[in-house]
Amino acid sequence: MMTFVGKRLLQLIPVLLGISILVFLLLHLIPGDPALTLLGQEATPEDVERIREILGLNEPLYVQLFVFLKNLVQGDLGVSIFQDVPVLTLVLSQLPATLELAFLALVIAVIIAVPLGIISAVKQFSWLDYVSMFFAQLGVSMPVFWLGMLLIIQFSVNMNIFPSFGRGDPLVESFIMTIQSGNLYYVIESFKYLILPALTLGVMSAAMITRMVRSSMLEVLNEDYIRTAEAKGVRSFWVILKHAFRNALIPVITIVGLQFGNLLGGAIVTETVFGWPGIGRLIITAISQRDFPVVQGSVLVIALLFAIINLVVDLLYALINPKIKSN
Amino acid sequence: MAQLEPANNPEHVTIPLKKSSKVKDFLSLMVKSKSVLIGGIIVLIVILSAIFAPLIATHDPNEMEMSKRLMGPMEEGHLLGTDNYGRDLFSRIVYGARVSLEVGVVSVSVSLLIGVTLGLVAGYYGGWLDNIIMRTVDIVLSFPVLLLAIALVAALGPGIDNVILALGLIYWTNYARIVRANVMALKEEEYIQAAKTIGSSDFRIIFYNILPNCLAPIIVVATLGIGIAIVAEATLSFLGLGIQPPDSSWGWTLSFGMKFIRDAAHLSIYPGLAIMFTVLGFNLLGDGIRDLTDSKTK
Repeated sequence: MMTFVGKRLLQLIPVLLGISILVFLLLHLIPGDPALTLLGQEATPEDVERIREILGLNEPLYVQLFVFLKNLVQGDLGVSIFQDVPVLTLVLSQLPATLELAFLALVIAVIIAVPLGIISAVKQFSWLDYVSMFFAQLGVSMPVFWLGMLLIIQFSVNMNIFPSFGRGDPLVESFIMTIQSGNLYYVIESFKYLILPALTLGVMSAAMITRMVRSSMLEVLNEDYIRTAEAKGVRSFWVILKHAFRNALIPVITIVGLQFGNLLGGAIVTETVFGWPGIGRLIITAISQRDFPVVQGSVLVIALLFAIINLVVDLLYALINPKIKSN
Repeated sequence: MAQLEPANNPEHVTIPLKKSSKVKDFLSLMVKSKSVLIGGIIVLIVILSAIFAPLIATHDPNEMEMSKRLMGPMEEGHLLGTDNYGRDLFSRIVYGARVSLEVGVVSVSVSLLIGVTLGLVAGYYGGWLDNIIMRTVDIVLSFPVLLLAIALVAALGPGIDNVILALGLIYWTNYARIVRANVMALKEEEYIQAAKTIGSSDFRIIFYNILPNCLAPIIVVATLGIGIAIVAEATLSFLGLGIQPPDSSWGWTLSFGMKFIRDAAHLSIYPGLAIMFTVLGFNLLGDGIRDLTDSKTK
């Protein structure tokens, strides 16, 4: 097991390096002189020179890459052209909102997907199975932002239950305030803002996890030990939950973990629809302001997080899968 | 069914000869799968609307009539209503199918070209070439796909060509992995060894002996890929990074509709339905073909 962990950690190094180089090269994909493109045609030569200095464009490419990587290791992601603030400070200030959104979306996805997937598998080819598979198919076919718009039309415009824009107090803070005051008001207020974006973001993952739970359960339900348990007279509810689902869980955990990474990417669009002040909105605003260091820094942070989450999922998989454990 | 020997003679083994062609077999199999049938019909409808857009559309999609702004569905001959410039929404959606299909098909072709070539090379030659290609795949896959697409288009600049290029440059990894895995399994087969023994060139073995046998999984992933690319284009256009006005795609129309979500919800609903319908078609078709080819191999 330790060899596996060590090997997997070693594999992460070239990937992290590759991610960093790719993000570094993004700036050089900009057609023409990046400094001029970022500032627009009416920029003065002094401004262009200033941006060239900030971006380090006057050095040869390999020197730029070396400086980029050296700064990166020291936690320096550059400075925002537009706000004159370190990029890392900006990214870290927005990251909690994105993580909160992605985490709740994942919780919603699991709450919807696990029961639906189990029922579909147990009642295979029943109308329940067909209906849930139909919704799973719709879930993966619709654009995330469109679902967000539909939810806004229904719950914000028509019913006026949830706000369509912005964020309340951070959920963790609301929990603390609720515990301190004994008043549920704070948590409810935070949830009011969080629920529509989280639902929007969670539905696509729910669709994917449902399909995974279903196929994984179907495989396990055909195993001999399930028949043995049934033959012993174990109640079917327990057979499904204790014998089948526990064993079906291994691939499900993998896909749930990977979904969390995908949710970080999907959050960019959801945040734009709901005006959620997270890292996604930071990226989109930075693109419109041509604040390229912020775009680079934010993309890099999410990609690094994504790679680390994938690593953790792999390690968890090895931990719960007895076959890998014994090897 | 033709037989070489009379069937009533038990001493002779009967060998059935296939009369029907492979294509015919495949088509009859396709009809048997509901998923392929429904998906195929949906895709066909979208393709036909794209080709015959001028005949199907009731208005010029870019014609503005300021007196008919933000009309609801079925008002004054506008089937799905109008936008805030008085342009007919139905006609814009019909023409939008062209953009979506173009992005889907061309970007998947770019991915196929890169992914299949690299997958074949990595799988066939192995060694350091395989190592470099697969590590590159790992790096590209380390990014959330949408994030990488946004970053690439942000650097390249908005516009449909750059969207196609960005999507093509991202999704090739799927093809490379599948083709590589298939090639690695296939190259140990006896007929490949035989081809090598009789002195066939690597090029001939790769393109005539190996590639045709990897086609089934490639077709499945490409079909699903078209749907994924259509959603990605819509998303990028929604974020203002895709197609630029006066051209219009479903995603851009949706982004536009977002501004009028309180007064004219139809602008947000119908283009989204068009995207969902089309992507559903490609997904059903892809899933169906996978099930068919899987059961065949079983």
